[in-house]
Amino acid sequence: MVTLEDFHSDDPIAWCPGCGNFSILKALKKALVDIQQPPNELIIVSGIGQAPKTPHYLRCNCFNGLHGRTLPVATGIKLANHKLTVLAQGGDGDGYGEGGNHFLHAMRRNINITYLVHNNQVYGLTKGQASPTSEYGFVTKTTPRGARNPAFNPLLLAIACDCSFVARGFAGEIEHLAALIKKGIQHKGFALIDILQPCVSFNRVNTFKWYSDRVYKIDVNSQYDAADRINAFEKAQEWGDKIPIGVFYRIQRPTLEDQIPAIAEKPLVAQQTDPAVFSELLETFK
Amino acid sequence: MDISIRIGGEAGQGIQSISSIIARTFVRHDFYVFINQDFASRIRGGHNFDQVRISNAPVHAAADKIQILVALDKETTRRDIDCLADNGILLFDGDGIGFTSENPNHLSIPFAQIASEVGKSKIMINSVATGAAIALTDFELRQVLDCLQEQFQQKGPETVENNQKSATAGYDFVRQNLKEKPPFRVPPAKSVRQKMLLTGSQAIALGAMASGLKFYSGYPMSPATPIMEFISSQAATYNIILEQAEDEIAAINMVIGANFAGARAMTATSGGGFCLMVEALSLAGMTETPAVIVVAQRPGPSTGLPTRTEQGDLNFVMHAGHGDFPRAILAPGYPEQALCLMSKAFNLADKYQTPVIVLGDQHFNDAYFTVDELNLRDITIDRGHILTDQDLPTPQAYERYAPSESGISSRILPGHTKAVLYADSDEHTQEGHITESATVRNQMVRKRMQKLKGLRREIGPPEIYPSGEAELVLLGWGSTHGVIKEAVNKLNQNGIVAQMVHYSELFPFNPDHIAIAALTKAKIIAVENNYLGQFAEFFSKSTGLSVDQKILKYDGRPFTSHEIVEQVKDVI
Repeated sequence: MVTLEDFHSDDPIAWCPGCGNFSILKALKKALVDIQQPPNELIIVSGIGQAPKTPHYLRCNCFNGLHGRTLPVATGIKLANHKLTVLAQGGDGDGYGEGGNHFLHAMRRNINITYLVHNNQVYGLTKGQASPTSEYGFVTKTTPRGARNPAFNPLLLAIACDCSFVARGFAGEIEHLAALIKKGIQHKGFALIDILQPCVSFNRVNTFKWYSDRVYKIDVNSQYDAADRINAFEKAQEWGDKIPIGVFYRIQRPTLEDQIPAIAEKPLVAQQTDPAVFSELLETFK
Repeated sequence: MDISIRIGGEAGQGIQSISSIIARTFVRHDFYVFINQDFASRIRGGHNFDQVRISNAPVHAAADKIQILVALDKETTRRDIDCLADNGILLFDGDGIGFTSENPNHLSIPFAQIASEVGKSKIMINSVATGAAIALTDFELRQVLDCLQEQFQQKGPETVENNQKSATAGYDFVRQNLKEKPPFRVPPAKSVRQKMLLTGSQAIALGAMASGLKFYSGYPMSPATPIMEFISSQAATYNIILEQAEDEIAAINMVIGANFAGARAMTATSGGGFCLMVEALSLAGMTETPAVIVVAQRPGPSTGLPTRTEQGDLNFVMHAGHGDFPRAILAPGYPEQALCLMSKAFNLADKYQTPVIVLGDQHFNDAYFTVDELNLRDITIDRGHILTDQDLPTPQAYERYAPSESGISSRILPGHTKAVLYADSDEHTQEGHITESATVRNQMVRKRMQKLKGLRREIGPPEIYPSGEAELVLLGWGSTHGVIKEAVNKLNQNGIVAQMVHYSELFPFNPDHIAIAALTKAKIIAVENNYLGQFAEFFSKSTGLSVDQKILKYDGRPFTSHEIVEQVKDVI
């Protein structure tokens, strides 16, 4: 029986008081207990930023790597030992800026990883610059006259890449977010969960209240069909007075691991090599 | 006996199919063959050649002069004719390429016409040319026909027959039209099929796979791509995952992830790709994760000469990465050594939990070498300190970066039943959590760098040939092994007493391996394929010895022993 206590970490938390990350951490732990995930069979791979500190605040395996390079490390780990539950975690700058190319290709691969993006629409750790998801006109130290580029829409891109699970959660809706994370981990394939996360220090526009006034759940008391791609495209473009949260798009397609016969029986890490078996191959050079 | 056959033409004309049939024919009859490939960065057109050197003694470098030149285009007759030895013969299709010559050693053969008439297709030009070239060596035609049979049997009996008939026609044409007996005689030999013909890339890939490689990720880049393609061709048979990455940054980060999870993993690239990998190189250093990276050098800077050779990235790989962290650098000089050094690279990476770089270059990676034997018993697998479930029998708090005298901490792999691990690219505590503590920082820097001491002890000695003391030393590293050895032999035959000191295990430098006192008296000449003499500078700094002269080449082409000998004569 896995309990909340099993995920307890003694590492002191280094986030600002009131940060949206606290709620995300709470939702994550709840989801992990709900699915009875043994901590030692879980690994969280993270990048650099405030969000990527998260795995230190849980008891589980953690690889906190480079800014933007979360997904390739997670991919290498998953392919080496696909029996592990692999989560990747980062912020909007980490995942949609620095790591943009890896984001595209992880979705194409459909590797069975759950990717949590703490999206606060601003750079926090570097103290307040514009991010790829900052809204048009958003004023920061690097955009004193307002951001000149429209905000990047990760959900729209994910649906276009046929990402097999595309969801958005909100840090202020912990139960709902926990359910999304649970579905994401249980989904067989690459699951993107973009999480609206208020930044109390550097984003005074998109606050808890701002989001709370706008978000609504598409997966509660609604006829929303997440298998309908056109529908998902339309829903992913909604932003402004009303902001949808929930599972936007979900399909089943073969995962990367499913297509590799080398690991059909056991993971790579459980396979030993005897150099002598290569003598047959050497003969082909004669 | 030492005969070189050069086949020149445009990309796409099938130069390699001619050279490979000729090479295989002789290797199977127990001769030593070396092929160097010289090609431009294009798919069609341009000027390219393969040069096949055949000898009854080991050969590891190209010869200056060629005995037989097969010109598949007019450009070859213009560019390569000066390379012919005095009695050398040019074979060409006068009508086909629009070239005429009155020189009795220039023999025009209607390759295209014979191919169409006898082989029923112009594609058969290659087999006609193969047969014609073999005729000049006076070697038995039957041996070539056997090789063609094997090469084409998958394509059906008709293809085999057409190729064999074409080769026979080319052979017969030369025999009938040559005014004298064949000028170059390869003595008859039995087919024994004992020696192997393989490229440096294949030796690197074989070494990696036999050392337990389970995961490869890479992004195509000349001249590293053949490593990936060879592993890919064997991946299904040997249960290896090969993942083509979206870029080199992804490739090395995947390799770090796979190694972290416990599978032996590697990537290969060239200088430009390695530039992209550098941040992750220091990630491997900081998180103490094993990683093996092959850097197949080509001339830079930037895109440089993409299909040519240079040893210009030694300084780069020695210093790549921000901050201080330990690494090892190895550079094989011949295939047998590549096999052993790949095994060593994986063992050092696992044992010292740090990146290991193997330096190749276009010349080494693409050239075909003949080896008597690749001994799989030379390969050992040492995974280093990994604590299994039995080693930690009860649930406990495990410290990934626990201090030790060697600087090496025991690893566990994620999924361990009794413990979890934290690894971080930030400076971290023994537990792997992020820290800003000055005390811990100092401890961790020292712990990581302590591993350099152990690594230094693992580094093997240079090859000294011939042994003993010498007044003149040719100093080299990596791919120049064969050509320097050949140059030393020639110098000694000419009464100039010379010795090769060749390094294949470069970093960290171990000065204990050489007799510095004896070398102080010797004249040291560095031979390197780069502008600065990068190894010479490193060698001087590490030993205190001065390198007296440098023979340097950076035109993208490999050395020949003749070039080295002439330049040595100039400077002594």
